[in-house]
Amino acid sequence: MTAALLEVAGLGAQYGRVVALHDATLAVAAGELVALVGGNGAGKTTLLRTISGVRPASAGSIRFEGRDITRLAPARRVGLGIVQVPEGRQVFAPLSVEDNLRLGAYARGRERSAEGLARAYRMFPALRQKRDLPAGSLSGGQQQMLAIARGLMAEPRLLLLDEPSMGLAPLLIAEIFAAIADLKRAGATILLVEQNATQALKIADRAYVLETGRVVLEGSGATLAQNERVKAAYLGM
Amino acid sequence: MLETFLQFLFSGITAGAIYALVALGFTLIYNASHVINFAQGEFVMIGGMATVFLADAGWPIWAAAPLAVLLAVAVGVALERLAIAPAREASTVSLIVITIGASILLRGLAQLVWDRNFHTLAPFSGEEPIRVLGASILPQSLWVLGGSLLAVLALGWFFGRTLLGKAVIATAHNRLAAELMGIETRHVMTLCFALSALLGALGGVLITPITLTSYDAGVMLGLKGFSAAILGGMGSATGAVVGGLLLGVVEAMGAGFLSSAYKDAIAFVLILVVLVAVPRGLMGARGAERV
Ligand SMILES: Nc1ncnc2c1ncn2[C@@H]1O[C@H](COP(=O)(O)OP(=O)(O)OP(=O)(O)O)[C@@H](O)[C@H]1O
Ligand SMILES: [Mg+2]
Repeated sequence: MTAALLEVAGLGAQYGRVVALHDATLAVAAGELVALVGGNGAGKTTLLRTISGVRPASAGSIRFEGRDITRLAPARRVGLGIVQVPEGRQVFAPLSVEDNLRLGAYARGRERSAEGLARAYRMFPALRQKRDLPAGSLSGGQQQMLAIARGLMAEPRLLLLDEPSMGLAPLLIAEIFAAIADLKRAGATILLVEQNATQALKIADRAYVLETGRVVLEGSGATLAQNERVKAAYLGM
Repeated sequence: MLETFLQFLFSGITAGAIYALVALGFTLIYNASHVINFAQGEFVMIGGMATVFLADAGWPIWAAAPLAVLLAVAVGVALERLAIAPAREASTVSLIVITIGASILLRGLAQLVWDRNFHTLAPFSGEEPIRVLGASILPQSLWVLGGSLLAVLALGWFFGRTLLGKAVIATAHNRLAAELMGIETRHVMTLCFALSALLGALGGVLITPITLTSYDAGVMLGLKGFSAAILGGMGSATGAVVGGLLLGVVEAMGAGFLSSAYKDAIAFVLILVVLVAVPRGLMGARGAERV
C-alpha cells in the first residue's frame, strides 16, 4: 500500500454546524476495488463529495498520486481523472441520452468523446437504442447505466460510485454489479459506496466500514464479510 | 378596417419582439439560478443610451451599436461577478433584492454619466414607410424583427447544437451533477448574465429609433419583459417568445381600438387573466421538467 492512488487522511466535513465526517482515513491503490459500506447517514456520500471537491473539507487532506488536492476546484479534479457517479443517478433529464454522455466527456474534448461514445454503447447496448430520447424517459435501471456510462466518458483514473444499486430490482442489481466487476477486470480503480454490503464485499478487494462519520473497520472484502459486527449490522445475519 | 388592424398588428409585433428578447433574458438567468433579474430592463436602456451617445460623438452606427451591446455585456458580467456570485449562498429572495438594487444603481449611474433627457437615434435605413396591404411598416420595424429573429435562432443553435449550450442546460437542471462532470458552473452563471445582457441591449439598440430612450427607459421595458416571461411560463424559452409577441399585439390592439391611455393596464390585465386560467403560464412547465 505504499503507492496509493488516493490517500484520504483525517478528513472532516460539515453541513453548517452538523459534522458529517470525522477524521476519515482511507486509501485506494491503483487497480483496486475498494468498498465503503455503512448505514443511512453514515457519511458515505459526504465523503465522496468531499473527494470530488463539491463539498469543502473542514479538516484533513486528500492526496491523488501523492499530490495534495484538498483545495483543488472540482473541475480540476475531474481533469485529473477523479470521476464520480452520484447517488440517485442524477442524469440530465431534459437532455438526450447521447447529450448526457457527451457531457460526461466535457473535460476530455471532442475526439476522445467520439471514442468514448462507441465504448459506452458497446458496454450498454440499450443506451444506443435510446440515444435520442430524453434521459428522463429511461427506466431506473437504464438511468443508472447511463449515469455509469456518463462517468466512464470522463475516462476516470479513479471511479467513485455512490450506491449504484439503490432502488433497483434484483435482476438489474446483478447486471450493475456484473458491469462493475467487468470494469475492475479491465483494470479500473474504483471506490464503491454501497448499502448492499453483501454484494459489495463479494467483489471488493478491500473494504471500509463507516459509522457516524468515522471509519470503524477495515480489511479485505472476505474478512469483513466474516466479521460478526458487520454481519449483524449490514449483512442482515 | 383591415388596414387599421394590420397597422396595429405590425406595431404590436415590433414591440412584442423586444419584449420577447427581454423575456428571454429573464428566462436564461431564471433557469440557471432561479433568480429573477430585475436589472434586465437596464440592459435594454444601456444598449439604447450608449448607442445614442456614441452616435452623437460621431461614431457610425455599425460601430456604436456593437460597442453599446458590449458595454451592456460587461455590465452584466460585472453584476454577476461582483453582486450575485459573492452572495451565492444567500436565499433566492435576497438575490432578487440585489438585482433590484443593481437596477436602481444602474439608472442612477446612467443619469450621471449621460443625462435625464429623452433621446432618439436615426433609423438604420431611412424613414420611408413600406406599404403592405394598405398598412405601412417602418423600415426600422424590419430591423427589429430581423434582429430579434436572428438572436432567437442563434440562441436556439447555441442551446440545441453546442456542447457549451448543453452544459448550461445541464447546470440549470442539476448543478451538482454538472459540477461532477467537470463543468465550471461558476462560469456558466456568468455566461448566462452575459447572454441576457446581450439580448436586452440588442433590443435596446433596435427599438430606440422607434420609441426614444432615456435613463429610465428600462423600467417599463423590464416590467413588460418580465410580464411576457410570466405569461409564457417562467423558464420556457418558447414561452418567452410567445408571451412577448402576444403581449405586444394585445397591447397594440388595446391601445388602438380602445384607448392608448390603457395600454399598460391592458398588458397587466392580460397577465392576470392568463395566470388565473393557467397558473404556470402558457408554455409553463408541467411537473418537474424545465428548460
Ligand atoms: N445537505 C445537507 N444538509 C445538512 N445535513 C446533511 C446534508 N446532507 C447530509 N447531511 C447529514 O450528514 C450526515 C451524512 O450524510 P450522508 O448523505 O453523507 O450519508 P450517507 O452515508 O451517504 O447516507 P445514505 O446511505 O442515506 O446515502 C447525515 O447525518 C445527514 O443527515
Ligand atoms: Mg449516501
